[in-house]
Amino acid sequence: MNVAEWEARAAAARERMAASGTRVCVCSGASCMVSGGDAVLEATEKAVKSAGLEGSARVVKVGCMGTCSQGPLVRLDPDGVVYQKMDASKAGRVIDKHLKNKALLRESLLFAGPAEPGVERPSEHPFYARQLQVVLEHCGRINPEDIDEYLAVGGYRALYKALSSMSPEEVIGEVKMSGLRGRGGAGFPTGLKWETAYRHVADHKYVVCNGDEGDPGAFMDRAVMEGDPQRILEGMAIAAYAVGADRGFIYVRGEFPPLAIRRLGIAIEQARAAGLLGRNILETGFNFDIEIRIGAGAYVCGEETALLISIEGRRGVPRPRPPFPAESGLWGKPTLLNNVETYAGVAPIIERGGEWYSTIGTAKSMGTKVFALAGAINRTGLIEVPMGITLREIIYDIGGGIPGGRRFKAAQTGGPVGGCIPEQYLDVRVDYESLVGLGSMMGSGGLIVMDDTTCMVNLARYFMEFCMDESCGKCVPCRVGTRQMHLLLSRICGGEGTERDLALLEELAPYCREASLCGLGQGAPNTLMSTLRHFRDEYLVHIREKRCPAGECAMAGAPAGVR
Amino acid sequence: MEPLNRASQIKTLTADDPRAARVLLEIERYRRSPDALIQVLHVAQDVFGYLSLDVLQFVGRELKLPPSHVYGVATFYHLFSLKPKAEHRVVVCTGTACQVRGAEKILEALRRGRGLTKGSPAAGGRLSLDHAHCIGACGLAPAVLIDERMQARADAGSIDGLVTAVTGVPR
Ligand SMILES: Cc1cc2nc3c(=O)[nH]c(=O)nc-3n(C[C@H](O)[C@H](O)[C@H](O)COP(=O)(O)O)c2cc1C
Ligand code: FES
Repeated sequence: MNVAEWEARAAAARERMAASGTRVCVCSGASCMVSGGDAVLEATEKAVKSAGLEGSARVVKVGCMGTCSQGPLVRLDPDGVVYQKMDASKAGRVIDKHLKNKALLRESLLFAGPAEPGVERPSEHPFYARQLQVVLEHCGRINPEDIDEYLAVGGYRALYKALSSMSPEEVIGEVKMSGLRGRGGAGFPTGLKWETAYRHVADHKYVVCNGDEGDPGAFMDRAVMEGDPQRILEGMAIAAYAVGADRGFIYVRGEFPPLAIRRLGIAIEQARAAGLLGRNILETGFNFDIEIRIGAGAYVCGEETALLISIEGRRGVPRPRPPFPAESGLWGKPTLLNNVETYAGVAPIIERGGEWYSTIGTAKSMGTKVFALAGAINRTGLIEVPMGITLREIIYDIGGGIPGGRRFKAAQTGGPVGGCIPEQYLDVRVDYESLVGLGSMMGSGGLIVMDDTTCMVNLARYFMEFCMDESCGKCVPCRVGTRQMHLLLSRICGGEGTERDLALLEELAPYCREASLCGLGQGAPNTLMSTLRHFRDEYLVHIREKRCPAGECAMAGAPAGVR
Repeated sequence: MEPLNRASQIKTLTADDPRAARVLLEIERYRRSPDALIQVLHVAQDVFGYLSLDVLQFVGRELKLPPSHVYGVATFYHLFSLKPKAEHRVVVCTGTACQVRGAEKILEALRRGRGLTKGSPAAGGRLSLDHAHCIGACGLAPAVLIDERMQARADAGSIDGLVTAVTGVPR
């Protein structure tokens, strides 16, 4: 495809989208699918047909809309009206009432577009009002299985801009200027990583996307892969141009429902067919292609060196760095490895400029961050907020607070290698540095809210068990350390712990953190240490009074299961 | 872990077996590159149900990889199973979101209801239980997978009946 053809195709797609009348967007994100989205899609299609509305309405499958707890969801665009908790018969009624009779089906309304007394517009509703969607801007709005819809909303304009009017150095400069930092957890400056990969000369270079998303309770990357896969491909292609790579891999978590893998596959096929991947992209002489690799259930393969080894078809055991992958990665060649959300943020930065992006967020953490809200929170789902927002705003305004009138106890971020943030820090601004300062970390974006029924000692035991199970066994501090710490924590949870056990834990944890080879062992003691820091009393009650204040641990002497 | 000295028990698998032919197709798709091992094992497990030693040997031979390497990879990753799976499977998510929303209670209900726990199947081996770290329904926790059916917002009180309804395996 040359530039003229590509522009014509995008224009035609835009016209088609505008001419199709009302777009009945049925959420086909994993969460809505689980709660019956399939049946809703089928019923909607049938209802539109039998009402003879095919000329003025089009049913579209879209990715995650964000408010997963209210699913299955149906949104009617351009009105912007969202209906919740749909099933086949309610979906039929939506078509009947809203489309045919032009009235709102009030009992199923979640958000109403036009000013309606008693219902809020999406933009005024606190769920949306505090969000700023950059990465998720198209997610839940376009059909992820149709590249034309991506082209219609401006897809691949950024790639074309980079290829036609920017040198690789200029692309890297723009990313540096944006202040974008790695969204996979550690927050390493993305532009700097690209520059390293660019500087290393080699006959081949690779670009790898980390879609392993192993933190339980996290589903941001999956939602982007399911909802806007072309955005990831475009980001990877821009990165490949910048660092001089010709081949890319997306490593996807194997336990995912097959949807993400299927949609990425479709996206790659369509991009190839359109000449946006492959040889001589947009007739600029740039060659780049992408393949999918499916993981096989090893948490440690989210760690970058293990991931690359796994792509090579071997046991995913981390290796020491340096050399960093940007210097020597896949098959010994310079390899740029970034997270899904990092790549998905690249196209807007190139299109609108790094300076624009850098005005969002805080001085050291620029831009937006996607979070997956789960646990004891009213509106579980997917959100994107500017960095620097407070935890309270996320949990109470966007998330709607804690269900059942219970009390907020702590938020867990960063997954098994992250930590807990207690109530007194609800007003902390969410950015890389302040979360680390509290003994937790930004992590990849899983945010699990806990109320007073969660025991913090048991939580520490739970994550220690996770890390123990997932330790690859290569280095001793991690392999043996996690096992010993798990033993001590189990004793305390079981009502058999002593203060000496606590002292031993405090002695062991820093060893594991300092001496382990990779981030798994280094991070394994994090939840333990952060709960000890913020909830030491709870440990002491378990030890001294043989009692679990949250009522979660079955103590020695009490029959199992007694709460 | 299974002992390895069972060479005598390994049946030779050839491409005459249509399932092996399907695996070969995948191997060809990757132009016989040994890097494709994990991707090929996914397909092999899919068509054979599990990775028996003869399947591993076949894959190794076709990819020109030593058996030790293939066995090492197959045992490293949790998703690969070297033993046949039970006819019906219940997977309880014990990921963080589900843990906080009561996964323990679901496990307890299945244990009490029909003696089903991880590693000890019930109903004469027809029904097994596994834990998973996250099965992708975190927003609707706790989640349970019964055969192919995903149950969101699972409830300890009704889980046992649901298992019967979906699998047909009575208590
Ligand atoms: C144990 C462990 C697990 C990790 N899991 C993931 C993961 O699931 N997804 C991810 O993007 N990064 C994960 N990381 C971080 C990666 O090693 C790497 O830093 C990141 O993918 C780099 O991309 P970024 O700079 O865009 O964030 C993990 C790190 C460790 C130590
Ligand atoms: S934590 Fe259970 S589905 Fe994600």
